[in-house]
Amino acid sequence: MAQKKWPETWQEVTPGCMIFEGGNSREYHTGSWRAQRPVWDNAKCIKCGICYIFCPEACVKEDARGYFAADLDYCKGCGICAHECWPGAITMIEEG
Amino acid sequence: MSKRIGMEIALAAAEAVALCRPDVIAAYPITPNTHIPEHLSDIVAEGRLDAEFICVESEHSAMSACAGASGTGARAFTATSSQGLLYMYEVLGIVSSMRLPVVMAIGNRAISGPINIWNDHSDIMTMRDLGWLSLFAANGQEAVDMMIQSFKIAEDAAVQLPINVNLDGFQLTHMVEALFLPDQKEVDRFLPRRKPYAALHPDHPVTMGALGMPDIFTEATKARDQALVDSRKVILKVWKEWEKQFGRRYEPIEAYKTKGADVVMMTMGSMGETAEIAVDELRKDGVPVGLLKLKLWRPFPFEEMKKAVRGVKTLIVTDRCCSLGGPGGPLAAEVRSALYAEAARPVIENALIGLGGRDVTVDDFKQMFRQAGKSKGIYEFYGVRG
Repeated sequence: MAQKKWPETWQEVTPGCMIFEGGNSREYHTGSWRAQRPVWDNAKCIKCGICYIFCPEACVKEDARGYFAADLDYCKGCGICAHECWPGAITMIEEG
Repeated sequence: MSKRIGMEIALAAAEAVALCRPDVIAAYPITPNTHIPEHLSDIVAEGRLDAEFICVESEHSAMSACAGASGTGARAFTATSSQGLLYMYEVLGIVSSMRLPVVMAIGNRAISGPINIWNDHSDIMTMRDLGWLSLFAANGQEAVDMMIQSFKIAEDAAVQLPINVNLDGFQLTHMVEALFLPDQKEVDRFLPRRKPYAALHPDHPVTMGALGMPDIFTEATKARDQALVDSRKVILKVWKEWEKQFGRRYEPIEAYKTKGADVVMMTMGSMGETAEIAVDELRKDGVPVGLLKLKLWRPFPFEEMKKAVRGVKTLIVTDRCCSLGGPGGPLAAEVRSALYAEAARPVIENALIGLGGRDVTVDDFKQMFRQAGKSKGIYEFYGVRG
């Protein structure tokens, strides 16, 4: 079913605000909510992946070498990864 | 062929629901609606109805199960009363905002406290603003008919909204009445299978109940309101079809002997039957009185309301609950809003009656007619001691 990405007028709102495509939360960039960003110190990282597991936004990704980083288009800066990282490899730094 | 039977109204309502072939029934017992789902569970157990009967642990779960079932395209039914309705409250607005045509019978009962299991309308009135369609039955026949009409109205492609049918607790639910019960063939002819707008299925993913942020919430709310307002046309159409097939007429506001009436009473639900007798007796004595019986509460029939009171000098609106600290009863507040802009409108009085199951007799209605025009405030607790 054809559907506009975002209804402009009330007439364009689908019945029940239903969305007929999957995976469209990707189009909503929550990175603008962030006041702090997580920064990884790979020298301290033991590649345990706890940041990856705990990220509520599922925006922490593993690179080819096994280290981790947040996708800043979606990272809300909640700091859970830094809180959970027991080797202390993640620091939250102020944006801007 | 319809069968004329004598049956407790709650059981007859359950029989009517079964004739609509619901796929899922989820309910938790609470007086006085209990006999409706109880009898439906019997019908399922006897193999007369092929439906999933879910014995849930609460009303919150009952409405949640109905929401899930309805989301998959199933025809879902539940019933409740009073505190049970309050317990499912959180899910009620979700169901209507997701445009799921769940049908619910409410055996109307006062909201405690003091703790009270008897009839008034304080339960349904708490949910009047949640986007449900709402019908009021005045007798057992209307309860049976409205159960069947409700599925057709709610599931209409232009409506897709939940609907509740209100039966006064005890005064209707526990009363044995002679009524016509349609047969399966007739109901099948009247009510087609549900064709959902969308349904949850792994092969065709849809999102129902997504987040709506400030950017969209106003538009979503306007769309919901408009859907409810527009449902009026479908309700009238379905009632016309009902009349054609079954011969019984339904209108948003039924007028009884209002021609030439100076004083007109307005009721919702079973009290209309008693008030009719009072009108008959007063008319016999030459007193020009009449009665308006509201059957459609949501969407509120503003246009019909304006027409119904033309030429009326005094309108006594009865309410079976009190908007505590507010303008009296909710029906009177609606009627006043409907008529405010009219150049010629009647004096509107508001009598709060029949609270928590108190009987209102024919003599009470005659007394209220006689007292017309003498009300001191904008509302009165009729018959209150002290």
